[in-house]
Amino acid sequence: MSERHVDTPATYLVIFGVLMVLLVLTVAVAQFDLGPAGPVVAMGIAVAKAVLIVLYFMHLRHALSLVRVMAAAGFVWLAILLVLTMGDYVTRG
Amino acid sequence: MSHAAAHVAHHFDDAEQQFAAANMGMWVFLATEVLFFGGMFLGYTVYRSRYPHAWAAGSHHQDVVLGTINTALLLVSSLTVALAVHAAATGRGRRVFWYLAMTIAFGIGFLGIKGYEYAHKVHERLFPGPNFTLLKVLEKHAPAGAHVGHMVRIDDRRLLFDVEGRELLFTVPEDVAITLDKHPVELSELRPGTAMTVETSPSDSNRARRIEAQSDQVELYLSFYFAMTGLHALHMLIGIPILAAIAVMAWRGRFSPEYYTPVEIGGLYWHFVDIVWVFLFPLLYLVG
Repeated sequence: MSERHVDTPATYLVIFGVLMVLLVLTVAVAQFDLGPAGPVVAMGIAVAKAVLIVLYFMHLRHALSLVRVMAAAGFVWLAILLVLTMGDYVTRG
Repeated sequence: MSHAAAHVAHHFDDAEQQFAAANMGMWVFLATEVLFFGGMFLGYTVYRSRYPHAWAAGSHHQDVVLGTINTALLLVSSLTVALAVHAAATGRGRRVFWYLAMTIAFGIGFLGIKGYEYAHKVHERLFPGPNFTLLKVLEKHAPAGAHVGHMVRIDDRRLLFDVEGRELLFTVPEDVAITLDKHPVELSELRPGTAMTVETSPSDSNRARRIEAQSDQVELYLSFYFAMTGLHALHMLIGIPILAAIAVMAWRGRFSPEYYTPVEIGGLYWHFVDIVWVFLFPLLYLVG
């Protein structure tokens, strides 16, 4: 199985359509005051968009395992950076 | 065995391996880019969690319509890049050129809108630094009998107030609406030096009727806004000439279904820049 497999233009158009729907959704949801859930919903939608772009537009779903590990590494280290630092800030009292 | 095609460097077995190596190298670079932006996302998260009201107040200076249009422009530019890569993989060089040209056009459109937003903020004196002030903004909404200046001191229910070197004294009755960054606060929560508008009672010019204060934390929000969107825009300014060079290579027929690594790699970079914006948009424009 080659990592040079690419999806069809029709697939890209569908993904683009979903991305636009998610954009409209995030703007629409932001018009309501959801309290502490607001940032969670906004980031949830942003993560969904990023995952679609990474898997389809950036071909990660067809990529070699090694490439997937490299891609995951950046986000894992970012998670460590955010979780450990915020863990400190929110527990300082 | 290697009956090396011209585009395969001698240290690779075949085109497939060469492509995989370039692909992996680009993802390693993008991982460093995630952490490059990550430092700013971390700083943003720390200060937003500390000053949520200032972040919400600051985001009200953003034009959500322009931000939404810009997000759509970047998403459609990602689509055209994906189509350019597909065209390259199926050996259609001229199509690659036109899809990349469209991508560049969308990118320039994004930067044009961003530039307009920057110019507008500089004009409104919202650029962090010595000229920064939110008072102009307040002044526009302040009705007659309103004073714009800085708090000097509060004693009991009396507020000493500085308007460009002239000191005024107001009494502040219990029922006066006081907001800091548009969020209701008590009089005792206001600190000396806080920028504010004091609206006075029509019957008694020394009696406050409404107080709107702005903390300098809003300036911090705008510092994050300019730094994060500026670094993002810098990435686009770098990406556009790279895509232009790849488009010219495509026009000249340099790529084939066996070799189109620059299109794939350039595309990965552009999609990454798109993803950064996908996070920046809700974090900066849709705060509250």
